[in-house]
Amino acid sequence: MSVLTPPRSTHSRRAGRPPGARENFSAWANRHRKWLFAAPAMVFVGVLIVFPLAWTLYLSLTDSQGSVRAASEFVGLQNYLTVLSDAERFWPAVGRTLSFTGVALACEVVLGMGIALLLWRPFRGEKWVRVAILMPLVATPVAVGMMWRLIFDPNIGFVNQLLGMVGIPAQPWLSGQDTALGTTIFMDVWQWTPMVVLILLAGLTSLSEEPDEAARMDGANAVQRFFYITLPLMMPTVIVAILLRGIDALKTFDILYATKGKGGGSFHEVETLNVYAYGLSFDYNQYGLSSAVLILFFMIIVGSMWLLTMRKKAVSK
Amino acid sequence: MKRHAIVKYAAVAAALSLGLTACGGGSGDAKASGTVRVTLANHVWTEGIKAAIPEFEKSTGLKVELTQLGEDQLSDQYNVKLNAGSDEIDVMMYRPLQEGKAFAKNGYLADLTSKVSQDAGWDWKDYQDGPVKASTADGKVVGVPIITEREVLYYRKDLLQAAGIEVPKTMDELQAAAKAISASSPDTAGFVARTGKSAAVTQFSSFLYSFGGDFTDAGGKSAVSSDAAKQAYAYYGGLIKNYGPKNVSTDMSWPEAMAIFTQGKAAFYTEADSLYKNATDPAKSKVADTVGFAALPAGPAGSKPYNIPSWGLAVNQASTNQDNAWKFIQWATSKERTLAAQKAGVPGPRASVWADPAGTSTYPKDLAEAIAASAKNGVGHDRPEVVTVGKAREIVGGPIVATITGADASAAADTAHAAFQTFLDGEKK
Repeated sequence: MSVLTPPRSTHSRRAGRPPGARENFSAWANRHRKWLFAAPAMVFVGVLIVFPLAWTLYLSLTDSQGSVRAASEFVGLQNYLTVLSDAERFWPAVGRTLSFTGVALACEVVLGMGIALLLWRPFRGEKWVRVAILMPLVATPVAVGMMWRLIFDPNIGFVNQLLGMVGIPAQPWLSGQDTALGTTIFMDVWQWTPMVVLILLAGLTSLSEEPDEAARMDGANAVQRFFYITLPLMMPTVIVAILLRGIDALKTFDILYATKGKGGGSFHEVETLNVYAYGLSFDYNQYGLSSAVLILFFMIIVGSMWLLTMRKKAVSK
Repeated sequence: MKRHAIVKYAAVAAALSLGLTACGGGSGDAKASGTVRVTLANHVWTEGIKAAIPEFEKSTGLKVELTQLGEDQLSDQYNVKLNAGSDEIDVMMYRPLQEGKAFAKNGYLADLTSKVSQDAGWDWKDYQDGPVKASTADGKVVGVPIITEREVLYYRKDLLQAAGIEVPKTMDELQAAAKAISASSPDTAGFVARTGKSAAVTQFSSFLYSFGGDFTDAGGKSAVSSDAAKQAYAYYGGLIKNYGPKNVSTDMSWPEAMAIFTQGKAAFYTEADSLYKNATDPAKSKVADTVGFAALPAGPAGSKPYNIPSWGLAVNQASTNQDNAWKFIQWATSKERTLAAQKAGVPGPRASVWADPAGTSTYPKDLAEAIAASAKNGVGHDRPEVVTVGKAREIVGGPIVATITGADASAAADTAHAAFQTFLDGEKK
């Protein structure tokens, strides 16, 4: 408590008494106040971000397996060499991660922009439509995975029964080697387009009306106004949406695991880097190798983030 | 003046936050406390135990803190907590054949050898040999088996009767029957079983043994490309490819395969006997009245289903409460509790309970017979006996899915053989 009592005025010091510990501390704290204020945040970042990352980096340089407490040897970059020369699991997983993210993101941004434009102008029942559109966003991913798994079941699923009614033969969907990844992309688009809509809608509502009106006066049609006025003005928002959603999509795990399980299916049909790293550590207990994959994955994410941020800066200028 | 005060507040706040983070790691450990922390898997067995726990708490004065998880989540929990040397788990339900070797090697499991032999009334000698062997590592008892499984043939009495087919006794008869039924009714598959690369391995193993093969030979070398193994792969995969459900998924574990059977969409199904309630319970099964059971049909080497302990209880080596943990295990695996569980549909590992007519009183008669036959000539493992079982299953399961999707079983088995041998060499290091 004593620390909290108001400091004595400097008057007492002038009276000849040597400065007490309290004054010393006070002066010290005052000199270093920028560190003191930042300390809680720095500790937080250190304990929860830097330490795990450094630990993973360390593990990736060892042959740790079985148990992380078991003795392991330092093997240098051996794990990275093993992973980078693995054409059976690693590179296909990289390909799937990128194509999953690329395709899902493209669909989400285009669809999201379309829906946001539709919701932009006020209309009757607007509230209800907005709530309905946000539904997929609030559903838990595992429940979403299970739901679509039932809908897409090749034998008893609703989709194939529907197709059967119009005379289209049953499709394998999630169980097909070639169709599984596409089906999970569809699920991701279904679930995450609303988030893109939300971001874009916020951007649209903050646009000023004048440029659009001016273009209208000049006789520009709706398509021209969208491509020459709205879209360029919206670009920073679009890039934010891509950035947020893109990082998230790269890291997708839940719906893939919920629908295809460990290893991304019997033929690793939907095995992305995240699913692969999970299998390496939780199924094979090869922590060294798994950490190497995670570090590489982290570099991919940071790399794509950096590219997008550069782009954003260019656009903002 | 004001500035000084603010700086001081900030300093205190910073010191506090530092202190809190430092404290965060060490939770109060329940040293020899009256609480036993038990982690169990979702299972019919667990439901029975859960209902009886108040009885245990009353008689011992201990408190039980129960955590219940799905099979995969349970594995992940163990991987995280035991890896970190956590003492938060006292009693753990685990799969001796899936995780036993790895856990024992990592030193996660406490040595129970002296404990099991102490109490003659509880009677460790009453346990069947196969389950005991699977719960032992390097000569030490590290677990007490609670649930046992054998693979049996589930079939539809009504469909067989309509087609005028006898219950198949050999693999050839099974194939002919599956063919006849799938030809006569296009909506019903002749045969269904697990198809997932890893999930199917255990159910495929009985076929492998019945054709005269095994995953490894006597010298511990890969045997998955032996003639017998190739025949078994071709047979199992072929049955599903030719007479299985249309558009068959290659990710099916038991819930999916069981659903097809209990929806009335398949005539034959080979699966673990411990899951029979799913097929005979009218609330879960459309074919509850017409399902029949038989021992696994005989292959060239006879009928050799696996007979294994699928689950056991163990004590966490890092637990500071091991004596109370053992008290819980002793109670949960007593003859009375085993009988109660078995009556509820969970086949147990105690010979005395199987010998007791009450032990099989609730089972369908044909199932009890099939179980008795399987227990006699069963094989003690249903997957490769290695440390990293997960990876081994993916390797030896490859030819199963390859055959189901129409690839050549022999070529797939050769590929798997090479990979499996490399894997085995790696484990020896």
